[in-house]
Amino acid sequence: MNLTLKIWRQKNASDKGKMVDYKINDVSPDMSFLEMLDVLNTQLIESGDEPVAFDHDCREGICGMCSLYINGEAHGPDRGVTTCQLHMRKFKDGDTIYIEPFRAKAFPVIKDLVVDRSSFDRIQHAGGFISVNTSGNTQDANAIPINKENADKAFDAATCIGCGACVATCKNSSAMLYVSAKVSQFALLPQGQVEATDRVLNMVKQMDEEGFGNCTNTGACEVECPKGISLENIARMNTEFLKASLKG
Amino acid sequence: MSGLLKSSIGRKFAMALSALFLMIFLLQHFAINILSVFSADAFNKASHFMGTFWAVQYLLQPVLIFGVIFHFAMGFVLEIKNKSARNVKYAKNNGGANSTWMSRNMIYSGLFILIFLIIHFIDFWIPEMNTKYIQGDFSGMHNGEFRYFHELQEKFVPMWRVALYCLGFVFLALHLLHGFNSAFQSVGANNKYTKGLKTFSKIYAIGLPLGFIIIALFHHFNHH
Repeated sequence: MNLTLKIWRQKNASDKGKMVDYKINDVSPDMSFLEMLDVLNTQLIESGDEPVAFDHDCREGICGMCSLYINGEAHGPDRGVTTCQLHMRKFKDGDTIYIEPFRAKAFPVIKDLVVDRSSFDRIQHAGGFISVNTSGNTQDANAIPINKENADKAFDAATCIGCGACVATCKNSSAMLYVSAKVSQFALLPQGQVEATDRVLNMVKQMDEEGFGNCTNTGACEVECPKGISLENIARMNTEFLKASLKG
Repeated sequence: MSGLLKSSIGRKFAMALSALFLMIFLLQHFAINILSVFSADAFNKASHFMGTFWAVQYLLQPVLIFGVIFHFAMGFVLEIKNKSARNVKYAKNNGGANSTWMSRNMIYSGLFILIFLIIHFIDFWIPEMNTKYIQGDFSGMHNGEFRYFHELQEKFVPMWRVALYCLGFVFLALHLLHGFNSAFQSVGANNKYTKGLKTFSKIYAIGLPLGFIIIALFHHFNHH
């Protein structure tokens, strides 16, 4: 396949940045999207140009590191996959492909397609944990009975890899799907009850301070989420937050 | 509790509550308006009751006005905040791939409804307030008979106003097609009833505005 790539290039965080066109030939349909970018970068290095910076790590769809906005969609046109699991067979010979970083004020661009998602880490630090007594009397987690439905829902919420596709795709740059998944995975389990009130209040407070927008329930995040995190989690977080606000 | 309205979720909750209140009001408004299609006498009696009963005038009416202003003001505040959460726009964004047009354009359908409401207030509410509270005429009578039905029919004679009303209700339908479900999601109701609620919301969002359109067209074509 021969393709035209329109890629966001930005030297550093303070650079204004712009879209730059590249031609790439003989792309195999069996390549992953990131392999295609590897080929482009080899080309650029060989011609003495600066390679395109982009995030990646496991390339197995589980680490949440890759983060491209491809042809107007987070992680590209495929469903239930991250960018590293997107293959070139999803495109046609002669296509023009727009490649941009995940955009949100809370995800500032570091370089080219690499964004700083440490705002997610700060939200997690604000309450995305449980405290376990390790004094020697720790109760075995498997000895605590948990309703099957809740266990399944908590597990589903815990599959969130924190990639930020929800923020990137939301017209309001809202982080509510991410935060709600982190709140839900603990709120549904007995181990999460002790800190439930503080957790949701602190995580939502941090989310607001980071400058993410408000959820307007468009549902785009759920569609683009590579792990299929459900909007039900946002409804649960809303309820948890209101209960916690009335208590606190 | 004090910080509830300062939080993103608290604001959404307040937005949803005002929306639910306005949706109940719409139903009540429709119930009275539809009487005008079947019986001028029933419509006159209901209108006179609503226009003179103290609880409606001095309790429900101020709450309604507050609800309308709050819903619009909060809508604009949230829109401005949401727009500022992304300082650089995408060169290419395919919103249609993952969300409905209605959900992405609530501010525009809302703005058109606001324009419609201003005209609606100029047409009906302001003259009504003038008659009752400035001229002091609470009789509801004109030339020896109730004036409400006659005033309603007069308003729907010009084609431009009927067209504007119909368009206003088309935008209301678009607004409700997303807003109805969205309000329930915002207050935390996403459960086994959600599927049924979605079906009901479509019936409400299309049926109610369509009912208002039929009333406007009925009076336009049946004017005596």
